[in-house]
Amino acid sequence: MAQVVQTHSPKPHLPPDGRQGFVSDWASDQQVFKNVSWGKAMMWIFLLSDTFIFGCFLIAYMTARMSTVVPWPNPSEVFALTIAGHEVPLILIAIMTFVLISSSGTMAMAVNYGYRRERRMTAILMLLTAIFGATFVGMQAFEWTKLIHEGVRPWENPWGAAQFGSSFFMITGFHGTHVTIGVIFLLIIARKVWRGDFDTERRGFFTSRKGRYEIVEITGLYWHFVDLVWVFIFAFFYLW
Amino acid sequence: MVEASGAGDIIPPAAVEDVELYHPHSWWTRYVFSQDAKVIAIQYSCTAIAIGMVALVLSWLMRIQLAFPGALTFLDAERYYQFITMHGMIMVIYLLTALFLGGFGNYLIPLMVGARDMVFPYANMLSYWLYLLAVAVLVASFFASGGPTGAGWTLYPPQAILSNTPGGQDWGIVLMLVSLIIFIIGFTMGGLNYAVTVLQGRTRGMTLMRMPLTVWGIFTATVMALLAFPALFVACVMMLFDRLAGTSFFMPAIVEMGEQLQHGGGSPILFQHLFWFFGHPEVYIVALPAFGIVSDLISTHARKNIFGYRMMVWAIVIIGALSFVVWAHHMYVSGMNPYFGFFFATTTLIIAVPTALKVYNWTLTLWRGNIHLTLPMLFALAFIVTFVNGGLTGLFLGNVVVDVPLSDTMFVVAHFHMVMGVAPILVIFGAIYHWYPKITGRMLNEGMGQLHFWITFLGAYLIFFPMHYVGLVGVPRRYNEIGETSFVPASVHDLNIFITIMALVVGAAQILFLFNLAWSLRHGREAGGNPWRATTLEWQTPQTPPAHGNWGKDLPVVYRWAYDYSVPGAPEDFIPQNQPGTYPTREAGA
Repeated sequence: MAQVVQTHSPKPHLPPDGRQGFVSDWASDQQVFKNVSWGKAMMWIFLLSDTFIFGCFLIAYMTARMSTVVPWPNPSEVFALTIAGHEVPLILIAIMTFVLISSSGTMAMAVNYGYRRERRMTAILMLLTAIFGATFVGMQAFEWTKLIHEGVRPWENPWGAAQFGSSFFMITGFHGTHVTIGVIFLLIIARKVWRGDFDTERRGFFTSRKGRYEIVEITGLYWHFVDLVWVFIFAFFYLW
Repeated sequence: MVEASGAGDIIPPAAVEDVELYHPHSWWTRYVFSQDAKVIAIQYSCTAIAIGMVALVLSWLMRIQLAFPGALTFLDAERYYQFITMHGMIMVIYLLTALFLGGFGNYLIPLMVGARDMVFPYANMLSYWLYLLAVAVLVASFFASGGPTGAGWTLYPPQAILSNTPGGQDWGIVLMLVSLIIFIIGFTMGGLNYAVTVLQGRTRGMTLMRMPLTVWGIFTATVMALLAFPALFVACVMMLFDRLAGTSFFMPAIVEMGEQLQHGGGSPILFQHLFWFFGHPEVYIVALPAFGIVSDLISTHARKNIFGYRMMVWAIVIIGALSFVVWAHHMYVSGMNPYFGFFFATTTLIIAVPTALKVYNWTLTLWRGNIHLTLPMLFALAFIVTFVNGGLTGLFLGNVVVDVPLSDTMFVVAHFHMVMGVAPILVIFGAIYHWYPKITGRMLNEGMGQLHFWITFLGAYLIFFPMHYVGLVGVPRRYNEIGETSFVPASVHDLNIFITIMALVVGAAQILFLFNLAWSLRHGREAGGNPWRATTLEWQTPQTPPAHGNWGKDLPVVYRWAYDYSVPGAPEDFIPQNQPGTYPTREAGA
């Protein structure tokens, strides 16, 4: 399959430039994105689709917040923790954000070690990422519990517009689900890396296809995306 | 004619090594839990047609009620709303979307781009089973207490949420929303497959600008669906919370049955925006595959290259992009800011430009072509006429001042059914007559096909042309009976009876079509590998029907575009895409 096939008399020609060049680059043979694997392309397109889901959630929330006739609760008071007698605004969210962004760092390192085929290090870093992710979800559970104890419900809350609680539970819940799914995938892939599946070309349980170390990077793409979404939720929900 | 030269001259070695396919070991994995895109395509198509027949029967019942109010004693106002809702939702999503993308997409994309299968066969299989589950949940709502939801296919709140309306009573609406959510998850799995296969899984020599327009149409529609369905997904999730968890995303302060409800502060208009941000691209998700398929049918059966191939591609892409900024033309009467109406009317009318370009190019492809009036060609011609008709009434409705009085009348029903109901369905029929020989190895019966075509085509006009008039005199839509109303002339009642009889006849013709599908499976004429003498890759497979893996030992190599028909100097009037040699080509831009 490696030979070069010639159809017509080869005439030297310069590649077109400008708009034509853009089009012919994109439209060229076999692959639009050269040297991008199917799995990675799929993940990027999926993330684009998922961006629209989070985008719609956030826009819907902002519409509700702007159009409601009842005052919106003040986030920096609602999301404050009393530590040693002092009310510290947004402290939990700050820690959560720090944890999640740190997990992006460990994830990026895992990808690096994955391509160097250092199995142990890759698996350990992925495990660390998963632990950070689980910590984040755990702190989110703590935050939910605290708010529920204070009387926040999807249909009402003590401080103002009912849409505060509904949007909060829906958006952080949907994001938390994403993190949880990410943690599960990290653990599955970390196990495969640890076991050396990608060196021994062991076949997947469901797909019966051989995996490659690239899957670490693809999982990483998803993980970074979930982090990025959190930054937007943080900005639009907590800081607004 | 241009001497061939360009980027496609030298075909580089394969960028990806040949894929390993999952080889089925048993009857179950071969025919039921199959990972072969062709089997999945047939599963998708059969399920879609089956559920579509349910929607067809619902439309019969509604038409009988409109012509002879009270004739069907079980069909009270509530039932009527439920039937309207289910008819619309099934036809738009579970039939048209599933059949075009899940059915034709799965079958044609790998074959037409020269791939062995979709890039992720396992996810592709899951996609079908989730679709089947979504259909099952939808059907279950017919048997739930209170029946299916009667909220109208747009599911507008607040009446889709209130518990004492046809829309919100009992479990119908919940099952509908759950079904849609499952459908969207399932579609995403399939859609990622279609998109990545087209982008990254093509064979050597198959540049994007050599793909048949069918693939372009399905691909663009898939990308649109991946970006539009999220809005519906979000709307469904939020409405589910409104309904089950007591939130008020879409619910304003409201009094029901004399009681102030707990809800308050939400915006029903927000739902409309989310719904139509999905809903309008959805129109083109159905239309673009139809555009693509019809281009290939016309070119093949007129033995002529498609006119303005590159323009056709760009028109598809531009229509796809523009369709994301026109959604609020469905909301002129919702009370939104009039300046919005101005903006959306403008974008809506701009879409007419690339669409008209496509119609001109189809016509110019036919011009001085060697037209064979085969069944696929007849359906393609019928599509062009029908689409132009439906499109012209779209110009009426795209303008705010004309839309406002017409919006709630049967005129909208007629317009919508012409442009999005009849037109794409005609293409589906044409496509089935065209590709059935490849799928089964036998031709469909010509006599039955002719009868089916003429009844369907003429019948559709006899149904929907009078309906425009009914709408123009002011008969509102979604009313289960008009009763004695002074502004409705007697002629409308006669027309209603006429329309109903035609609807019954056209519906019956579809049973003939289904019979033809079954009968020809065994008794049809042997087709051979390439009965239409077509150029595209799916007709060049070593076996017919194509075996698992499509291509035997070696993948095909593509040397030319998909439209080398009647090339002067060539021994035949078509040159397959995978035929090497020094024949000149008419390839655009070559």
